[in-house]
Amino acid sequence: MSTSTANPTSSGPRSGPNLKSIVIWTAVAVVGAVCWAMLALSRGEDVSALWILFAALASYAIAYRFYSKFIADKVLKVDDTRATPAERLENGQDFDVTDRRVLFGHHFAAIAGAGPLVGPVLAAQMGYLPGTIWIIVGVIFAGAVQDMVVMFFSMRRDGKSLGQMVREEIGTVAGVAALIAVFAIMIIILAVLALVVVNALAESPWGVFSIGLTIPIALFMGFYLRYLRPGRVSEVTVIGVALLLLAIIGGGYVEEMGLADALTLSHETLVICLVVYGFVASILPVWMLLTPRDYLSTFMKVGVIVLLAVGLVLAAPALQNEAVTDFATNGEGPVFAGKLFPFVFITIACGALSGFHALIASGTTPKMVAKESQVRMIGYGGMLMESFVAISALIAASVIDQGIYFSMNASLGATGGTPETAAAFVNGLGFSITPADLEAAAASVEESIISRTGGAPTLAFGMSLIFTEAFGGGLAAFWYHFAIMFEALFILTAVDAGTRVGRFMLQDTIGNVWKRYADTSWRPAAWSASALVVLAWGYMLWIGVGDPLGGINQLFPLFGIANQLLAAIALTLATTLLIKHGKLKWAWVPGIPLVWDLIVTMTASWQKVFSDNPAIGYFAQASAAREARDAGELYGVAKTPADVDQIIYNSTQSGILQAAFALLVIVIVAGAAVTVVKAIRAGGLPTTEVPKVESKIVAPSDFFATKEEKEAVREWEASQKTPVS
Amino acid sequence: MSLLTERVSDRFSGAWRLLRQATGEAKWDEYVARCERDGVEPMSRRAFERHRADEKEHNPQARCC
Repeated sequence: MSTSTANPTSSGPRSGPNLKSIVIWTAVAVVGAVCWAMLALSRGEDVSALWILFAALASYAIAYRFYSKFIADKVLKVDDTRATPAERLENGQDFDVTDRRVLFGHHFAAIAGAGPLVGPVLAAQMGYLPGTIWIIVGVIFAGAVQDMVVMFFSMRRDGKSLGQMVREEIGTVAGVAALIAVFAIMIIILAVLALVVVNALAESPWGVFSIGLTIPIALFMGFYLRYLRPGRVSEVTVIGVALLLLAIIGGGYVEEMGLADALTLSHETLVICLVVYGFVASILPVWMLLTPRDYLSTFMKVGVIVLLAVGLVLAAPALQNEAVTDFATNGEGPVFAGKLFPFVFITIACGALSGFHALIASGTTPKMVAKESQVRMIGYGGMLMESFVAISALIAASVIDQGIYFSMNASLGATGGTPETAAAFVNGLGFSITPADLEAAAASVEESIISRTGGAPTLAFGMSLIFTEAFGGGLAAFWYHFAIMFEALFILTAVDAGTRVGRFMLQDTIGNVWKRYADTSWRPAAWSASALVVLAWGYMLWIGVGDPLGGINQLFPLFGIANQLLAAIALTLATTLLIKHGKLKWAWVPGIPLVWDLIVTMTASWQKVFSDNPAIGYFAQASAAREARDAGELYGVAKTPADVDQIIYNSTQSGILQAAFALLVIVIVAGAAVTVVKAIRAGGLPTTEVPKVESKIVAPSDFFATKEEKEAVREWEASQKTPVS
Repeated sequence: MSLLTERVSDRFSGAWRLLRQATGEAKWDEYVARCERDGVEPMSRRAFERHRADEKEHNPQARCC
């Protein structure tokens, strides 16, 4: 590992690789190769999920050890003698030198959410292999590279945001396009995430009871920290988690408490609850609800991921789906329409490459990095961890009986909503299941399991299988609701925080023309901006739940493409900056994932806009429905003429949004192409990089400090304690 | 104390310190230490945490998907 610190005595001449490390890395490579071979070659018999798990871990280890080090040393040339913004501008607030392991935790908590859990679950309809390959290969060559490179460039610019960097380094037009794209994409993401929660909680009194209780629990924690025992975060988190577990257990008794009817809410009621909640949460002081909820959510996030990893190893379940299903090639899958290329890449989204991460990797995290070399562990390492979450989710979805999987994930229009009709539909797909099987599965988790779309219920079902197998005890219903709680908590935190960030962005933008509006403590501005943001995602959410074709089926592709388009913006910026810095020969590092991502997103956008297959093309769907209406008929799964009108309206709107996103990205890429040509001709261009200032602090670069690093840190700390004057 | 227990307690206090940094509780420890060094009377914990909450109020951090 790199030992270059500010202390010159610690960086001696490097000897070649020693025998021990050669042996270790050869062993890791062999393990990885064997696991991949097993996945590639076994067909027809039971394939253990552990092959996927260990193929992933071995690949991550090798990529981290070699590729990320190459990027740090050769491509970015991280320089530990250069002071980071945290060191130069330290103010104890946003600029703050932070222990690398703590910052890794913060960064991971900020990037990981429901996305890597939901996407792979939906993608499992094409089999386990396409998802596995893309999650692993994608993260190594695209997702982790994007996070690390964007973090590095933002760090070299005092933590500028993605939008700011695009404006200053590519051009004003591109900057404006990026700003609009970021805002619009955020609204779509919030709407889709909220839709996942609504679908998981609708008609589920247990879920509503447990999730509903998180609000008073968070309020209690907030007041505890404000008035009773200020600042005791660990203590209140322990209390909060205990209350959370009680809320999950208590949910099992809603029937006995006589609350079942009152808490059985329809999709529409839940949308209204969420919108009201989102508005209130974003105008309340953060200490009341947002901060304590974030503590709970972070704790659950880390806890459940560890639990899931342990559970998978103990249970060692066999995969139930095929390596590659027919839906991959015929594009007629009931979960989402379209063929493997490009839709598997769109659907998996966050676990392999997530544009949204670029918003976190620029701005917040780079202002806290102690040493430049740490972007490798925090940026690249953090994203590998997220990918691992996605792999776990893919496995959880793949160990479920395929009849159950498709009953849960096909839209209500397709399954008809009863065990008999659902079984008939699934049998029609070529999987055998009886209504009694479906009823037994539903009874095991004490929830209806037909057309519980959105990914969250499927993941919860898979996790309950794994945990029951691993830890025993017939607690399937508890584990199911535990998993739902864990996902809903993530999502509600993302909705709270996202609404707030959206509100600040909106106030800032309007503030350019009306100065006073930018004042975030001015109530009329704060309230109206919050209301606008909430109404924007609330509107999309409303459209989603009312969609006769199934909101997830319609909105998830929009979400996936939007997220991948944001990644295209981030990778464009990264490639342009490398070339401006005169590093044309390394431009392929972000350049190859950029080209791939553009091919995927533009193909998907093209198909979604121009395909004449109504199952894929939004406008084709609208016109097919219009023809049916004009002929006085119903269309597809529509049951009333109003449904047909709804389909026409929704599809047209989605098509317009889809086209608009793609156009915004094309504007940015075209702007970047001009800059790149200029930069290549001139052999590089000046950038807004902050000039070097010599670093005075000493800190290790990787997860585990080397002996030399520890020694250097010790010497430095000792020198700090003796006052110079 | 034997060498072993010393090492274990070192590890433990190291982990505890990291945890306090992760929850932000260490900010208070650092502040008190700084006040001591500068010979200033520190403000109350309550006032300090309020001050921190006000900062958070104006620096929202996005949570990803």
